[in-house]
Amino acid sequence: MPQTLFDKLWSRHIVKSYDDDTALIYIDRQLLHEVTSPQAFEGLRLKQRPLWNPKQQVAMPDHNVPTTPDRYTTISDPLAKAQLNALERNCQLHDVPYLPLQDSRQGIVHIVGPELGFTLPGMTLVCGDSHTSTHGALGCLAMGIGTSEVEQVLATQCLRLKKLRNFEVHFTGTLRSGVYAKDMILKTIREIGAAGGAGYAIEFTGAPIEAMSMEGRMTLCNMAIEAGARCGMVAVDETTLAYVKDRPFAPSGKAWDSAQAQWKSLRTDPGAHFDKRIEINVSDLRPQVSWGTSPDMVVDVNEPVPATGNSARALSYMNLQVGDSPGDFLLDHVFIGSCTNARIEDLREAAAQVRGRKVHSRIQQALVVPGSGTVKQQAESEGLHTIFEDAGFQWRESGCSMCIAMNPDRLNAGESCASTSNRNFEGRQGAGGRTHLVSPAMAARAAVEGHFVDISEEVV
Amino acid sequence: MGGWTHLTSLCVPLWEADVDTDIIMPKQFLKSIHRTGFGDNAFDAWRYHDEGIPGVPKSQRTLNPDFVLNQDKYQESKILLAGPNFGCGSSREHAVWGLVEWGFQAIIAPSFGEIFENNASKNGLATLHQPEALVKAWCDQAIATDFTISVDLSEQTLTADGQTHSFAMNAIYLDRVVTGKDDIARVLEARQAVQDYEANRQEREPWVFSPIEV
Repeated sequence: MPQTLFDKLWSRHIVKSYDDDTALIYIDRQLLHEVTSPQAFEGLRLKQRPLWNPKQQVAMPDHNVPTTPDRYTTISDPLAKAQLNALERNCQLHDVPYLPLQDSRQGIVHIVGPELGFTLPGMTLVCGDSHTSTHGALGCLAMGIGTSEVEQVLATQCLRLKKLRNFEVHFTGTLRSGVYAKDMILKTIREIGAAGGAGYAIEFTGAPIEAMSMEGRMTLCNMAIEAGARCGMVAVDETTLAYVKDRPFAPSGKAWDSAQAQWKSLRTDPGAHFDKRIEINVSDLRPQVSWGTSPDMVVDVNEPVPATGNSARALSYMNLQVGDSPGDFLLDHVFIGSCTNARIEDLREAAAQVRGRKVHSRIQQALVVPGSGTVKQQAESEGLHTIFEDAGFQWRESGCSMCIAMNPDRLNAGESCASTSNRNFEGRQGAGGRTHLVSPAMAARAAVEGHFVDISEEVV
Repeated sequence: MGGWTHLTSLCVPLWEADVDTDIIMPKQFLKSIHRTGFGDNAFDAWRYHDEGIPGVPKSQRTLNPDFVLNQDKYQESKILLAGPNFGCGSSREHAVWGLVEWGFQAIIAPSFGEIFENNASKNGLATLHQPEALVKAWCDQAIATDFTISVDLSEQTLTADGQTHSFAMNAIYLDRVVTGKDDIARVLEARQAVQDYEANRQEREPWVFSPIEV
């Protein structure tokens, strides 16, 4: 029987099947960070349980770390410091591979995992973070879990899961310039709703996906969770293999030959059954801008905010009215960063909009936070940091930063932000803060214009 | 943690769509390394007028008297009636810890965020799906007058207004809430199956087991 990519990944990881559509699934890899792991390690300690295999994990701090250079000498927030110390202590105690803040490879777990080749095609991967769906871009089954399951994976490398259903999001057409993977996923969430993917693993397919870089695929899969789907994924192709080859933890030599031969089968068979399917033509897609407090509250850059059934609360929170257009949204901050959009390609696209220009006087702060130390070094070798700094952006150290605002980077109440992150929830970027989700190029351009413009109208 | 099967309680109505886990437990309270101490900060931004700061006791906060959880009559309630996609967004289990510490044992909603629902089951919090129109009607009723529901997990039914409604709970979640058993102990009982799987996999995909060394 023809199988979907998800079916293949699922069946290859079954340790034990039960008769109720659930199975004990083997977990190949786990990423750990400082915020959702302390209670998991504490649980193991209380029951005197050892780790099943520490060498299938990698840990690093990312959520609450400051992004200013002084972080290497002092961290003033005692609670953040306690979490960082706990992570380091737990990793030392249990022999878990650990990248400290000072390591040049440290960064957001979802950016560092693929960069290191820790994430590989055909694997199952989990992390105590919902944006773990990102890793599905490499043709693996990756999902976010809570702290109790972090503890369970540390102790057993297994989770009992109910099988997800298959959902194909099929793209057709050709993107116009100035429109990116971020716009495709915002459009998808808008089409299917913030719960439209619940119970499903989403596979993204079609010519625009085949033409897309790994960075773009990771942006797409990253936000599958914003449509309610725990997993997003893309089939393995030559783009995947070229990305993975020669990464530090990727197989090499004969093992590489064997691995890539196996990985090439990680695609949906012709005729395989999807329980749900939608098709989206991207040829006419314009840059997308979120206006509300749920990631499905999105409009085209030139489209007025619609009157919908349950938007009153969101409009009030965002201080907007039905009929306002993104070009009218007042912006105070610009944030370029997060596991959604802080890879090298994102920074290149943003820099192209900024080169030779200045951040508009209306914008109080424009931040660029590279997703990892590796991304930062690459960007600096290309001179991107100079483009941003000359324009008046702040060029920071890597971390989650203003996507979750657990560190000092945050909005004040009433402030608005053009943000390349993934969630426009109430208070997400700081209590009372207002978030507009956009692509890196849209955010960068908004920084220099002082408001959103349609960057897709220009022929580059 | 012990399991439970029966529960009768006054219901707290909170009819909003897409209540995300950032709302249920704001990020500043995630900086704890403990598993307890979250109850007073559930729905913090809705529940208090002042901005929540970790370590500041409830007695020094300004309660929002309009928020439903602050009404005296609900202080012993164990059932929350919620809107669609309740608990969407972030995987933070702290959201569930906060709700459980507050006293909730069951949430009735048209749908839930998947990771939230899984986390809930790990902490004895039952997530019960009912049709949207019905939950909305119950919320309206609960706002108008005291509204009580009885839950029976063993029969997978709930009784409201003298009528019995069935629900189909995910078998794994139901089992966790009813038995309160430790999942880790159960997997470790199947240790041999895991080791057999690893041996088989090691032959086909040895790179999966190459130790990660940084």
